[in-house]
Amino acid sequence: MPTRSREGAPLTSDERAAWRDGLAVAITTGAYGISFGALAVAAGLDLWQACVMSLLMFTGGSQFAFIGVIAAGGVAAAPSAVASAVLLGTRNAAYAARMNPIVGTSWARRITAVQFTIDESTAVALARTRPRAQRIGFWVTGIGIYVGWNLTTLAGALLGDLLGDVRAYGLDAAAAAAFLALLWPRLRSREAITVGIAAAVVATSLTPVLTPGVPVLIAGVVAFLVGWPDWRGRNREQPTAEQQGTYEQGTYEQEKGR
Amino acid sequence: MTMWAAILTAAIGCVVLKFIGYLTPTEWLERERPARITDLLTVAMLAALVAVQTLGAGTAIVLDARVVAVLVAAVLLCLRAPFLVVVLAASVVAALMRALGWG
Repeated sequence: MPTRSREGAPLTSDERAAWRDGLAVAITTGAYGISFGALAVAAGLDLWQACVMSLLMFTGGSQFAFIGVIAAGGVAAAPSAVASAVLLGTRNAAYAARMNPIVGTSWARRITAVQFTIDESTAVALARTRPRAQRIGFWVTGIGIYVGWNLTTLAGALLGDLLGDVRAYGLDAAAAAAFLALLWPRLRSREAITVGIAAAVVATSLTPVLTPGVPVLIAGVVAFLVGWPDWRGRNREQPTAEQQGTYEQGTYEQEKGR
Repeated sequence: MTMWAAILTAAIGCVVLKFIGYLTPTEWLERERPARITDLLTVAMLAALVAVQTLGAGTAIVLDARVVAVLVAAVLLCLRAPFLVVVLAASVVAALMRALGWG
């Protein structure tokens, strides 16, 4: 971690925190690339396919979703695997729009930033207050994870061949826990909790009757059903006692989230 | 669809989405409906994936060591444990249970 900026000025505490958080997140996330590499190979991808996913796709949630569908349904389920990965990747578009004013100071910067725009780089950047520290947080986290994630994907894929049954090491449970850990901070509002439970119930109950991958896609429809209508707006027009409570709770959560 | 075609299509799709974000005016995604749907879509997909990865085995629903591992993960998340601790704990719990022949 440098102690001075390129112009020679000492780093502020905000900027030092951006470096520290970025490196810490990069190391922990990198370590977790091992399980992606091993699971990818166990799902039936070869070493190169696992590595190309991390090099090109570079968004962990989508990568795990993709290999999860392939593991359950084989190559026949590939279209659902692609759709799951892409739908889960839509949040990155929202992160990109959010990061644009901070890191997109020129077209060269924007194009470079595209690949590093993920959950972690956005979170570390937005945890800082000053634009300079936010930029440091974004680039350190994004590039740090990119390097770590790709090296550990390779290591995991090599190791996966040696491990044999990944279930014996609980790697399948690790993937489920990782999705839960990504989901957890998003369950702040009552609306989100309802959607989460409904989606889980829909996906589970459709699993025995549909091709692997499709139940997760259908569960995504729940988000549109709940998200499209403006429930809060309606509550404001005709509030019953109970709805009033929900609305106020929601507003509070929204304010707290800012 | 071959595996390579699927991987490249999905990868290009994910990168294009990131790129679109840099072309979209910030205000558009911060408007209420797109912001709400993007957030809820992520929640729905992640929750569905948690369920399927915990309970699914191909097209069967199976209760095994993964359920216990995910419950342990949930407890650790309640206790604000870091990401890596949560993921490692889940894998250790499932591995131990299977070593003991419990699923």
